Amino acid sequence: MSTQLQRTETEGDESPQEQRLERKSLAEGEREAQRTEEESTGDETPHVHLKVFRYDPEVEAKREPRFDDFRVPAPQGTTVLDALMYARDEFDSTLTFRHSCRQAVCGSDALFINGSQRLGCQTQIQDLDQRPVRVEPLPHQEVEKDLVVDMEHFYDQMEAVEPYFQGETPDEEEQLQSRENREKVKMSTRCIWCGACQSSCNIAAGDNEYLGPAAINKAYRFAMDEREDDDIKKHRMNILEQEHGVWRCQTQFSCTEVCPKDIPLTEHIQEMKREAVKDNLKFW
Amino acid sequence: MHEHDVIVVGAGGAGLRAAVAANEEGADVALVSKLHPVRSHTGAAEGGINAVLRDGDSFESHAEDTMKGSDYLGDAPAIETLCHQSPKETVQLEHWGMAFSRDDDGRMSQRPFGGLSFPRTTYAGAETGHHLLHTMYEQVVKRGITVYDEWYVSRLAVTDHAEPEDRECHGVVAYDVQTGKVDAFKARNGVILATGGPGQVYDHTTNAVANTGDGPAMAYRAGVPLEDMEFIQFHPTTLPSTGVLITEGVRGEGGILYNAEGERFMFEGGYAKNVGELASRDVVARAELTEINEGRGFEDDYVHLDMRHLGEERITDRLENIIHLSEDFEGVNPLEDPMRVKPGQHYAMGGIEVSENGETCIGGLYAAGECACVSVHGSNRLGGNALPELIVFGARAGRHAAGKEMETAEIETGPAASIGSGDVDTPVSPGSIDTSEDGVAADGGQAGDDRATDGGAVVGMDETVERALDQEQARIEHLLEKDEGVQHADIRSKLQESMTENVNVFRNEEGLKQALRDIREAREAYQDVYVNDPSRTFNTDLQHTIETRNLIDLAEAITLSALARTEFRGAHWREEYQDRDDENWIKHTMLAWNEGSPDLYYAPVILDGEDKSYEPKERHY
Ligand SMILES: Cc1cc2nc3c(=O)[nH]c(=O)nc-3n(C[C@H](O)[C@H](O)[C@H](O)COP(=O)(O)OP(=O)(O)OC[C@H]3O[C@@H](n4cnc5c(N)ncnc54)[C@H](O)[C@@H]3O)c2cc1C
Ligand code: SF4
Ligand code: FES
Repeated sequence: MSTQLQRTETEGDESPQEQRLERKSLAEGEREAQRTEEESTGDETPHVHLKVFRYDPEVEAKREPRFDDFRVPAPQGTTVLDALMYARDEFDSTLTFRHSCRQAVCGSDALFINGSQRLGCQTQIQDLDQRPVRVEPLPHQEVEKDLVVDMEHFYDQMEAVEPYFQGETPDEEEQLQSRENREKVKMSTRCIWCGACQSSCNIAAGDNEYLGPAAINKAYRFAMDEREDDDIKKHRMNILEQEHGVWRCQTQFSCTEVCPKDIPLTEHIQEMKREAVKDNLKFW
Repeated sequence: MHEHDVIVVGAGGAGLRAAVAANEEGADVALVSKLHPVRSHTGAAEGGINAVLRDGDSFESHAEDTMKGSDYLGDAPAIETLCHQSPKETVQLEHWGMAFSRDDDGRMSQRPFGGLSFPRTTYAGAETGHHLLHTMYEQVVKRGITVYDEWYVSRLAVTDHAEPEDRECHGVVAYDVQTGKVDAFKARNGVILATGGPGQVYDHTTNAVANTGDGPAMAYRAGVPLEDMEFIQFHPTTLPSTGVLITEGVRGEGGILYNAEGERFMFEGGYAKNVGELASRDVVARAELTEINEGRGFEDDYVHLDMRHLGEERITDRLENIIHLSEDFEGVNPLEDPMRVKPGQHYAMGGIEVSENGETCIGGLYAAGECACVSVHGSNRLGGNALPELIVFGARAGRHAAGKEMETAEIETGPAASIGSGDVDTPVSPGSIDTSEDGVAADGGQAGDDRATDGGAVVGMDETVERALDQEQARIEHLLEKDEGVQHADIRSKLQESMTENVNVFRNEEGLKQALRDIREAREAYQDVYVNDPSRTFNTDLQHTIETRNLIDLAEAITLSALARTEFRGAHWREEYQDRDDENWIKHTMLAWNEGSPDLYYAPVILDGEDKSYEPKERHY
């Protein structure tokens, strides 16, 4: 087999891993040529030109961040995620991004598309006016590879607000909750942990410890739920009032603008500030 | 190497519930999941959870509805366990803070669903699964349960005993998607598979890209039989362009189906004269396709689902998410126009054979959730019965694996339950391909591959885990080392097309045989598969390549089982066999991998429950 021949030829001081990287980057050049060729055989379906951010610390050719161009068919209804999947499956299987549900519920594919944070699966190509469509990883987070960013910090912030119900519950009966109260928390419960808001926030970018809009919204979700009592609410307010909590927010509304679930984040943060003031008056 | 008492593979509703239950029993439990838990597809469930909670409803009624819906292929002990324990588990979710919709009196809201004789589908808007998933994950965070997220499990560490029921599972091998590191996870007590549905076997599906049936495929190759794989549910209302689901709740609230001639065909076409749109899913899906095939669909592709008459207020209150889904993914505003819908793959009734306690026939190996088959759903699942299955049987598997004393299960598993072998005439031979060592490494082979060369069987705990780790490292190295060949995406898309063409709502012998030929081709092509991406970092190319192997095995299991079942029952329709054949076919289809030459046999259906005996009746809606 030719692969075995090649292997002996390149045998030297390099580790097998390095040899593999080298061989495969050769193959990549060939595919690039093929890609350009395919573009010129035009057909009727409308196509879209994507400019996609590429980076892989492990692969020589991708160590320097760069943009790759892809031209993919985009009939009506094509989303940015569809276009990326097409580019990956047809042209370059190394193109890497998170995705799963394809229906705006798993929160995997928040991306920086034409300069704003959006879910790839929820963004129709036809709704974007700028061409080429630029697809980049979420800003203000460390890029792991291509469009994949490190979400650990975001998860840590979410978990810092004790994001779980802490009310006392009856033995067997369900607890009652008024329709009004359920309505009050409804929007806050829609968060899918996509991280778009955090990435759009200037304050979070400057202060790594700032809890951020999603975590504050998560705290709001429980603090405003009538099934938890006042003591727990006080405890939640303490978490939110710390140095890197609600008071950091400067009501710039960027989070609210990008949230794919239309959660009124800034409003929720403001409400938590008001609760905090109320709370302080009570205890002064 | 990592070590815990219980390893749960998968962190959707079933896996999370299992982990919390094991933790409550005092076990040291860890979740290993290829997705971060909140990304699991349980989050996509819309309609609700069936639970008997109100006056006027009864367990018996829920059990009877479920048995009828299953077309008398569900097992009574499983169904009765589900119906008895779902209320407690549902209230438990409420106690954990889940944001259910509320009635005026402050109690959890329930709505009608297809095939139910009481409105017992307990819901949280049209986003019930999202709320369930997040609530469960919150409980995992609260308890500080270890989560290895973005770790892909690719092999079970199972001993080499000749008979599957003598084997033991001692852990799993997984790799860290972020770094590519392959590592072993030793399980002192047990491994629970909770990997979700196999929807990616088809190309028009409501399932997520991650739903590749990894659990059933790994368990199958390790020696656990797959049960009732032919029964695939096609949901009647999915958006034609993407497969995104429009919940049955729309019809539950009063939504109406129309064909292109403006007829309310469920009634007018005589498909379900009593309940119309609220007939069971298999019935509605076939009705729609019949209309479309006979030229009464729109653009030969879909029908209309209209809910405008419900009024904006009611729709926003109970089904708000549906407005977003239809607008974002189909460009139709359902407050102004009828939605476009057609049937799409939705759910697998079959899966890993387990008892009511989640046990498989391999010691220490459990399964729960959609990847398992207890069997609650028989040949057709009722809407709203999967979410309660996750929490009821997830919790049971978690407790049992943690060592809690539980009643011995009534459902027997493994070859011991056989009531006779099956017979099926295939155009090509199924199962693994005999090839060089190279080929074996590429497709992962199965536990015990080097049994012969070792000269003896591996049976100890540590050696089993270490051997599995070595095998998996070798396989991944092989896939990464190979420089050229076939890419998984080509194999996968051809497989999906053939399954959608041939093993869909309407099935016939020729189509099923064609699918088997195509699957064989996919298997052959897979011998030459390679991973183009050389990187260790977040190599999704590698992950999808391994998943594709699993899809091939499951596609084959589905098709073989479908070809063998020469009757029409529930979701399984056969052109040549238009009747339900109770005399010969009230039995579960079992498929054992049998070291690469699949073995078909049958196991009994248990119609005698604790509460009563279920007499097969004709199914009318
Ligand atoms: C759109 C939609 C709507 C639905 N609506 C309803 C409804 O209203 N009511 C109802 O009762 N049912 C509904 N269902 C069915 C029900 O939601 C599913 O059957 C159920 O959520 C499956 O849950 P699960 O925990 O078994 O799997 P999932 O939630 O799919 O989770 C699988 C987990 O396994 C992990 N995993 C998979 N493979 C591996 C691997 N190799 N290594 C590591 N981890 C792995 C994944 O990361 C994930 O965490 C719906 C289904 C769909 C698709
Ligand atoms: S609040 Fe909105 S933008 Fe922020 S993580 Fe949640 S869903 Fe995403
Ligand atoms: S793929 Fe799940 S949110 Fe976009």
